[in-house]
Amino acid sequence: MSSSAIVLRGARKRFGEIVAVAGIDLDVPAGTCLGLLGPNGAGKSTTMRLLTAQAIADAGEIEVLGHRLPEESKAARARCGVVPQLDNLDYELTTRENLEVFARLYRVPRPERRDAVDRALEIANLTARAGSVVDELSGGMRRRLLLARGLVHRPELLLLDEPTVGLDPQVRAELWSLIDTLRSEGVTILMSTHYIEEAERLADEVAIMSAGRIVARGRPAELVAEHVGREAIEVYGPPVLLAEAEERAAAGGFATRRSGPALAVLGTERSENGSLPEGHPRSANLEDAFVLLTGAEVE
Amino acid sequence: MSSPSAPSAGRMGPPVRMRRLEPAAIGAVLSRELAVFRRYWRSTTFSSVVEPTIFLLAFGFGFGALVSRVAGYDYIDFVGTGIVATAVLFSSVFPGLFSTFIKRRFQRTYDALLAAPIDVEELVTAEVVWLALRAGVYGMTPLLVAMLFGLDPSAGMALVPFIGFLTGFGFAAFGVLISAIAKAIDNFNYVTSSVITPLFLVAGTFFPIDALPGWASTLAQINPLHHCVELVRDAVFGFQPLADLAHVAVLVIFGLLMWRLAIWRLRLRLID
Repeated sequence: MSSSAIVLRGARKRFGEIVAVAGIDLDVPAGTCLGLLGPNGAGKSTTMRLLTAQAIADAGEIEVLGHRLPEESKAARARCGVVPQLDNLDYELTTRENLEVFARLYRVPRPERRDAVDRALEIANLTARAGSVVDELSGGMRRRLLLARGLVHRPELLLLDEPTVGLDPQVRAELWSLIDTLRSEGVTILMSTHYIEEAERLADEVAIMSAGRIVARGRPAELVAEHVGREAIEVYGPPVLLAEAEERAAAGGFATRRSGPALAVLGTERSENGSLPEGHPRSANLEDAFVLLTGAEVE
Repeated sequence: MSSPSAPSAGRMGPPVRMRRLEPAAIGAVLSRELAVFRRYWRSTTFSSVVEPTIFLLAFGFGFGALVSRVAGYDYIDFVGTGIVATAVLFSSVFPGLFSTFIKRRFQRTYDALLAAPIDVEELVTAEVVWLALRAGVYGMTPLLVAMLFGLDPSAGMALVPFIGFLTGFGFAAFGVLISAIAKAIDNFNYVTSSVITPLFLVAGTFFPIDALPGWASTLAQINPLHHCVELVRDAVFGFQPLADLAHVAVLVIFGLLMWRLAIWRLRLRLID
């Protein structure tokens, strides 16, 4: 029997004139990791806030772990862990105190609280800094503490909003392996991100969001095959040459995308003859699919 | 995918029943406040002792040299008991305004809390109860200082922390309400100058309100702080049951009203 940890049906949310979420349907099967991929402003964070009832949908139905939102959202939140995009730790308190407050909030019974906090410290590799005031922690440590705070009560569902935004590559890799461990333990994860690599590495499936809608959904490899193809050619050169190559590819019916000083011609395995511009052949990737589907450049 | 009318999310654990105003949620926020307080109690306590001392010195010696008795009391006793209300007001309304605003806007503490199983109603209740507890304790410092200046101790003083709690609850909630309405900290100036300062001056703390012109005296009657001042004086010098019940009633109504209004406005701010 398969069940969904998260179900959204026709969920909409607008802020005045701006439609942040324009009616989305989304299922997150229990025990999987879904990456919500989209450019800045696509509606990812609003979608995440809908799931904790910190934003109330204008229309549509939302269920989290079988609880209807917003009516039963407190019960749903008790079983979720949330890692926000922006650091909202109590900077005046110690690492341990931050975790203790949330262990209480998450109703960890008193006799188990100490163990729960110790366990969270261990997961985040912060045991040695348990007594440090948050203000003294490095950026990477603070991020790990944010994650630990969302895990202190062993949640069934983890909501990660841009978990590694603004981190250096080592710290990011560290967090990835942490998230990967949780996934292998069976925790359901919904992770919003605008880093392609993050989604590719961690997510079983990705949903690509653009302008408040989900424009594609599937396993990363399937999305690439379906929307881009197998191969691509990367053309380098002065702007005039790139414009020429773009024209030629368009005439041949190939999709293209610009990325900085290069032009990628996509789905080139479909070519039968030499109608393609000269360039370096490479495999099509999720970034190609992302750019084709959202029209946005990525980092 | 199931049809749009029938979401298919399955329950993966026992259904968790959650009530309104759960003690566990309120207790968790109180534990946070207590942990933070452990870091700054020295400065808060310092100002709560020094401020009434200065008021007592300034008014007691400055003004007391001109008037020896007011409304049947020695002036030092009159002011010493009156300043309890000032201490309660300042230690509830200002943190209600500033620390609530900072936690909401700059530290995003409330965003963090509300992602956990706690609702705005519980959050506001916990914050206001915390500030009211503090106000109850700090309301005692002027009495202690006044005793050094000659105020006689009395059994009724034991009730002053409760009066401070009740009054502090309403004013802390008022502070939270304004902090939820204000767009920027600068906007607090309007409220400080036009509401808090008159409330604090025209409460019968430094001079009896019946000395005021009729309209001002009537206005002072609806000032909750005036009822706090009267209650504290009666607790220290002798209760007047009927009048004191009326004072308590005013403070209870004020507290309940501000509490609900603060919840309403802060929810508008925190929940999109």
